[in-house]
Amino acid sequence: MSILVKEDTRVLVQGITGDFGARHARLSIDYGSQIVAGVTPGKGGQTFEHNGRKVPIFNTVADAARQTGATVSAIFVPPPFAADAILECVDADLDLAVAITEGIPVRDMVRAKRAMQGRRTRLIGPNCPGLVTPGRGDKSHGGCRIGIAPGYIHRRGNVGVVSRSGTLTYEAVWQLTCRGKGQSTCVGIGGDPVNGTSHLDVIRLFNDDPETEAIIMIGEIGGNAEVEAARWIKQHCKKPVAGFIAGATAPAGRRMGHAGAVIGGAEDTAAAKIKIFQECGISVAETPSDMADALLRIWKG
Amino acid sequence: MNIHEFQAKALFEKFGVAVPRGAPARSAADFGPALDQLDAKGGLMVKSQIHAGGRGKGVFKDGFKGGVKFAPTREKALELAGAMLGNTLVTAQTGPEGRKVQTIYFTEAASLGKRPNGRDDEYYLAILLDRTTSRPVIVASTEGGVEIEKVAHETPDRIFKVHVDPAVGLQPFQARQVAFALGFSGDLLKQCATLVTKLYAFFWEKDCSMVEVNPLLVTAEGRLLALDAKVSFDDNALFRHPDVLALRDLNEEDAKEIEASKFGLSYIALDGDIACLVNGAGLAMSTMDIIQHFGGSPANFLDVGGGASKEQVTAAFRIILGDPNVKGILVNIFGGIMDCDIIANGIVEAVRETGLKLPLVVRLEGNNVEAGKATLAASGLTIVSGDSMADAARKIVALVTP
Repeated sequence: MSILVKEDTRVLVQGITGDFGARHARLSIDYGSQIVAGVTPGKGGQTFEHNGRKVPIFNTVADAARQTGATVSAIFVPPPFAADAILECVDADLDLAVAITEGIPVRDMVRAKRAMQGRRTRLIGPNCPGLVTPGRGDKSHGGCRIGIAPGYIHRRGNVGVVSRSGTLTYEAVWQLTCRGKGQSTCVGIGGDPVNGTSHLDVIRLFNDDPETEAIIMIGEIGGNAEVEAARWIKQHCKKPVAGFIAGATAPAGRRMGHAGAVIGGAEDTAAAKIKIFQECGISVAETPSDMADALLRIWKG
Repeated sequence: MNIHEFQAKALFEKFGVAVPRGAPARSAADFGPALDQLDAKGGLMVKSQIHAGGRGKGVFKDGFKGGVKFAPTREKALELAGAMLGNTLVTAQTGPEGRKVQTIYFTEAASLGKRPNGRDDEYYLAILLDRTTSRPVIVASTEGGVEIEKVAHETPDRIFKVHVDPAVGLQPFQARQVAFALGFSGDLLKQCATLVTKLYAFFWEKDCSMVEVNPLLVTAEGRLLALDAKVSFDDNALFRHPDVLALRDLNEEDAKEIEASKFGLSYIALDGDIACLVNGAGLAMSTMDIIQHFGGSPANFLDVGGGASKEQVTAAFRIILGDPNVKGILVNIFGGIMDCDIIANGIVEAVRETGLKLPLVVRLEGNNVEAGKATLAASGLTIVSGDSMADAARKIVALVTP
């Protein structure tokens, strides 16, 4: 197993005719993911072609889901329209909406998140690299890649990775792969202050997933999501967890690239989070070069 | 995006939030006309306009004390304004370099009321996003005029919070809850509930990330007034508020950060001597961390984004080299999708174009990395290669340490 998506998960892409969406739809097709539909309002009936694959384009998410059996959407829609794209997935009762878009206004996300309460659809992101369940082929080919992560760095295995950041996730995945340790699923939850799925949500899923044997949790300054997850891990998690917190050198009150990465109070500094990680039995990587090794110190795989 | 107090108060007035009467002046010639609009009978406040807190306790570079002062007469106000305008104010939040005061804001001094126990009648009120609940939260306290962080730490029971459900917005009973929590009754109860409602409307409609009124005050005549106003906006929402964007003051922003934003780079100047150039915000933050871990000090945060182009890399080098404190550069790229060879070519070109003399360590990883490393090696430039982040950080720290 894996979490959230499997090799055969059927995926639609909102914004497949834009440059960004098209580029990553092609890369996902090359990776062997099941990209079964595109959605661009007004371009329904056209097709998206790549390497001999023809992907039908629909006007609405509901049509695309009904006609192709897609259960997950990858959202590459520009920021002013992205919250609307998320809510269209909710209306179509998809299992999962993965919002890659960076720069969605906070107010839009506050409203969208409220509107999602009690609905079937889970949101990953926004402002995230997406998620990958590696395949079993060469360089993990045949996996489910949703978003913008490089597929080939993965290897199928038993470590779950969760992070806000894209490149820092790739760093951890590559360290694991280079040490012969594969991944069950790698989830980038995004760098925005309001997001759909938290560190804790993903940790719970990993804890319940029989294929996941160990977990790497990567966090950063700002907010208390990592702390909340760490406290839950101490109480409930049956699996070894290694962690890293980025932003030890970040000055207070400045936004470090991610809108969510701002030190607001004493509790959300890197030092405070690292201390809580240690108290909760998480093996802390001292540097980002040490993430896989921090896990291997407590888990032999 | 931040704005000045006088701009925030103009917006408050538009939304019906009561503020003391005031007028801004950008030059000495404007002082007279600005003061003509005000009644100096109860005295005037002279307030330096910079985007940093702690103005009252700040000290100007020429030794003049206080960026916010009371003037009993119009003449004194003119004198104080003359001393502040064009002068550089250093506060706890500006850093030692301070900020040049380019606007003076005159306001009519409010007659401060007293509570029955003799204390000044000052309160705290703010609206911001609560990340834990993903909802706006109104924060109010009876302890106004002091740092709210201090109140939160020492007397957390004196902080009252009410969360707003975005599906229905702020409800009248919630506005009353805030007013009751501040101890108001009678007419002040009504005034406070109205003010909270209007302030929330402003926060929501204008996509604010924070609105802070400290202090909120009751005058001797029993009027509730926002004596100070601190407002910041969600950068991601500025596209739908051209009126707010027009309030942006580039004088308050770092020139290098403005330049960087033109190239889609995210740059923040820090005070160390090792510059870094990284793709991705999380990796950029942790590159700064690893430099410090090995005994160095980062000069900046610089994220070239997920798909850095040659133009961006060159621009990034130019910006980095504009900082005279920089003694060495660490490039850390995880080229997941990006071709490392393209990045390597960008680096070589940027080094040639800028005539770089400083030590440069490059750590490349990812797609087509061997070709990228070969390009760097074949360039004939003295570029040190780092095998991992740790290796690269160790090397650059060693190179800049005398």
